[in-house]
Amino acid sequence: MIVTDTRTGRRPGTLGDSAVRPDGVAKVQGTFSFSSDEQIDGCVFGATLRSPHPSARIVSIDVSGAWKVSGVEAVLTAEDVPGNATYGLVVADQPVFAADVVRYVGEPVAVVAADHPETCQRALAAIRVDYEVLEPLLDPEVAIRGEHPDIHPDGNILRHQRIVHGDPDATGDVMVEGTYELGMQDQAFLGLEAALAIPEPGGGGIELHIATQWLHEDRRQIAACLGLPEPKVRLVLGGVGGAFGAREDISLQVHTCLLALRIGRPVRIQYSRRESFVGHVHRHPARIWMRHHATTTGQIVKIEARFVFDGGAYASTSSPVLLNGITHTQGPYRCPNAVVDGWAVRTNNLPCGAMRGFGVVQACFAHESQMDRLAEACGLGAVEIRLRNAMRTGDTLITGQVVESVAPVARCITEADALPLPEEPVGGRDGDPMRLPGGAGRTSDAEHVHRGIGWGVSIKNLMYSEGFDDFATARCRLSGGVVTLKFATAEVGQGFVVIAGQIARSVLGVDEVRLDTVDTDIGSSGSTSASRQTWMSGGAVDAACRKVRERLFDHVAAQHGLDPLRLAIDGTDVIDTMGTLRLAVEDAVMGREFDETVEFRHRPTEDLDENGQGNCHTAFAFAAHRAVVDVDAELGLVKVIQIATAQDVGRALNPLSVLGQIEGGIAQGLGLAVMEEIVRNAGYVRNASFTDYLLPTSLDMPEVVVSLVEEPDPQAPLGAKGVGEPPCISSTPAIVAAIRDALRHAGIERRLDRVPVRPSDIAL
Amino acid sequence: MAVVIPIDLDAAMRAASAAPDALILAGGTDVMVEVNAGQRRRALDSDTVIVLDRVRELRRWSHDPERRTVTLGAGVTYTELMTEPLASLLPALAEASRTVGSPQIRNAGTIGGNLATCSPAGDTLPVLAALDADVHLASLNGERTLPVGQFMLGVKTTALTRGELIVGVTAPVLRGAQGYAKVGVRNAMVIAIASACVIVDEDCRDVRIALGSVAPTIIRCPDAERHAAANLDWDRGRATPGVAAEIGERAAADARPIDDHRSTAAYRSRAVALLVGRLVRRGFPDA
Ligand SMILES: Cc1cc2nc3c(=O)[nH]c(=O)nc-3n(C[C@H](O)[C@H](O)[C@H](O)COP(=O)(O)OP(=O)(O)OC[C@H]3O[C@@H](n4cnc5c(N)ncnc54)[C@H](O)[C@@H]3O)c2cc1C
Repeated sequence: MIVTDTRTGRRPGTLGDSAVRPDGVAKVQGTFSFSSDEQIDGCVFGATLRSPHPSARIVSIDVSGAWKVSGVEAVLTAEDVPGNATYGLVVADQPVFAADVVRYVGEPVAVVAADHPETCQRALAAIRVDYEVLEPLLDPEVAIRGEHPDIHPDGNILRHQRIVHGDPDATGDVMVEGTYELGMQDQAFLGLEAALAIPEPGGGGIELHIATQWLHEDRRQIAACLGLPEPKVRLVLGGVGGAFGAREDISLQVHTCLLALRIGRPVRIQYSRRESFVGHVHRHPARIWMRHHATTTGQIVKIEARFVFDGGAYASTSSPVLLNGITHTQGPYRCPNAVVDGWAVRTNNLPCGAMRGFGVVQACFAHESQMDRLAEACGLGAVEIRLRNAMRTGDTLITGQVVESVAPVARCITEADALPLPEEPVGGRDGDPMRLPGGAGRTSDAEHVHRGIGWGVSIKNLMYSEGFDDFATARCRLSGGVVTLKFATAEVGQGFVVIAGQIARSVLGVDEVRLDTVDTDIGSSGSTSASRQTWMSGGAVDAACRKVRERLFDHVAAQHGLDPLRLAIDGTDVIDTMGTLRLAVEDAVMGREFDETVEFRHRPTEDLDENGQGNCHTAFAFAAHRAVVDVDAELGLVKVIQIATAQDVGRALNPLSVLGQIEGGIAQGLGLAVMEEIVRNAGYVRNASFTDYLLPTSLDMPEVVVSLVEEPDPQAPLGAKGVGEPPCISSTPAIVAAIRDALRHAGIERRLDRVPVRPSDIAL
Repeated sequence: MAVVIPIDLDAAMRAASAAPDALILAGGTDVMVEVNAGQRRRALDSDTVIVLDRVRELRRWSHDPERRTVTLGAGVTYTELMTEPLASLLPALAEASRTVGSPQIRNAGTIGGNLATCSPAGDTLPVLAALDADVHLASLNGERTLPVGQFMLGVKTTALTRGELIVGVTAPVLRGAQGYAKVGVRNAMVIAIASACVIVDEDCRDVRIALGSVAPTIIRCPDAERHAAANLDWDRGRATPGVAAEIGERAAADARPIDDHRSTAAYRSRAVALLVGRLVRRGFPDA
């Protein structure tokens, strides 16, 4: 029975309802099938041999030892790649297998297939590779200065882009500057990389079951490397256990297919955690210098900045990540003049690419730290300085682009400010040591602890930028009272599987919505990244459903001799808005089937010119975070007590899903603030395990209080903005600002210009 | 591969002597991590696994009120150490156990496993060192007992010989404050980057201090201990902040920490000084 909520008048499962996601129960109960769970009879296992050096010449590879291990069925190296030897999201600069040189620790050199994962390990150990170790390029500044020979035929500079806006010589009465650094963060999804490749008999084609963010882009790159036409490569989405950007690039896709095609049997590869740390791209470590000029009353006059992003060995998405970083220099604030210099460079560090926030995380840590310094210099509070500069719809960005999105920056700040502060005193009320910094380690007593408050506010572009033809495809079939939706949208945890059904129920007045297999049998939906799928795939599903509804109305109108424009959906009925006709959608469909496929595009964007001017972005979302943090200043230990946030969501299509994104994003932002970093030394990774790459646990998560700022965006098909990235962008600087504030209460001044903030950064 | 599941100590010793290179499995919380990481593949190939968790003698503990000692079987888990009456008999050991891993790890992990792994960051080890506990070892060749300080030889090296098992440990039940504190970069489930145990023996007016993660293995701090015994106000049970801090500084002076991916030597020294000072203050409050 379907009951309408009497308070909201909303039918359960429609837009605006916190409908329960169809995969939710299975995921909680552990019965959901992730890609690593996919099994098939007669399956062979694959494994990868990786470079132990950050930079070396391959003198020779001798695989004969591997063939002597019984149970081995294939050993492949660069020579065995039938198609393109390289792949890449933006430029194809990354080899399927290193051939003459290796450029980072963990770069694939060979793969084997065998009857058992253990056999694979023995075979890998039996492969002899002679390396001539080379001097690695590790310092991005050395790359910029051109002081190291090119480590790749494409050169050591991945992108250099300037922004010059307004009067470059403008100055302000007040000036603050700083140099900010961010360590390398890992996406650390829990579901490790896994794929299952099933070859077509005869080897003319392949089917790959894969946990990815973008099936069609994977297929483009895989097919090119396999030397097969794209239609001969079918991709099916495996259960994805988190992505956060790390599944946008190719990892094991080509290798798995190559092995399966070679031996003519299904092949499975699954990475270990250690391997995963070198097997996918990471968040760019960055060094950002910024100087803000302002009036004595705190109005920003000009920002100067220099960004250096370490892209690691291959291009991946370094170019758009850099673009995002520099075009968000100003943050969510008005800024009439700017001079920005941005570099993304190639080094022998781990390749970096997409991660939640995509370049803006780096910019935001710098601009928000700067805003606090500006506030101090002008004698203003953290909230006041931000309100005075808050961006509004219609403002011009430093790229010359006008912000057409709804831009409720001031409202986000004031709503977050109005949220209640935590009531509990330092250490809580019940003497539970878990309430204190140091937690279970019982290091701190309340007398050692000071509380601080800090702010972070962010702007984030939504969808793809710089002229990219960004679109999503969806198919809607209405038959009887049942809607079947098909799309290639990767569900990576964000909840599109629930939103899609909610859209169909709202538009078509049906209750039952089925989701077809997610595969490449339909057109692309684009990537599940850039906070774009609710807008893009949601827009496509909405448009397909509306087209079906038009056809349905035409049909009903013809049968009843009415103008179809008079018809509407009311609950689960089709009604005549000017008459008495009312019939259930199910009856209206009666024996017919309506089937429509739609491609949805956002409005086009442009490239930047050499001065960084151009309408390069589509739309923007905003968020404000206020952090309350307890700090043991002597030991440098931190306990985050509360995060209050007000986020510009446009329209909360599923408030529960939005909260999930907000809490999860804050966990990731907290991780970057105080613990998450891939520790590297001379190009080697020192902590490639969850023993030493620390992620926040439930005991590190603070209370999160949320205000959803709902001002539907007229540009957005459903009024809803993407909500996935903003929570992890400004939560990091808010937490760091709160630590600085707590230290000030302890009589200690620390710049804390680097994240993650380590205990030693505070204590020493 | 053979899996031997002895149910008493005798059978366990026979199995260990028959296969001296066998993989010994207690709670598995160290061993299985190594196996999965591929570091133990050899041992697995060596064809025998001896599973200890059914060995009766290892799962027991006993209290001897006369000699004022507690003897723990090697298979006693952290969860058991945190439960009364053990928690009150050996309070610092209970406190150290509460800092270990997660509930799942504390249910499975054993004190014998912690001893045999002998990591500089093993959380029970500073407590056992400060208590001057004795470790009981046994093999078919006989039994022997070593002070824990002689059992722990270095980073992941112990006095355990081939075919020998840890049977248990004996620790004194003392009157006086005891505490353990550990610094990690997360609020729970984290490896210590510095840790300290302070144990007060009121009857002997004696203080024992041990540090973890600041040397190849656990260290005691004799200078700080002497200074504490001489300068604490035993009659009133008090210490000035200055005395407590001085004890901490002297303890830290004995540390030989290193820089690694988890932290720096300078921070570790500072942290143990603070931890010891704070633990002393917890035992000897307001000056
Ligand atoms: C997620 C996680 C968190 C952890 N957190 C902590 C922590 O906070 N603090 C900490 O100190 N440790 C921690 N550990 C490590 C581990 O839990 C402890 O060292 C634990 O005490 C090991 O005991 P076990 O019974 O599991 O040993 P096992 O793994 O079974 O064995 C460990 C070693 O001891 C040997 N061994 C075991 N029993 C005997 C015996 N009776 N005689 C001879 N040899 C024996 C084994 O052969 C093996 O070499 C953690 C581990 C994990 C996986």
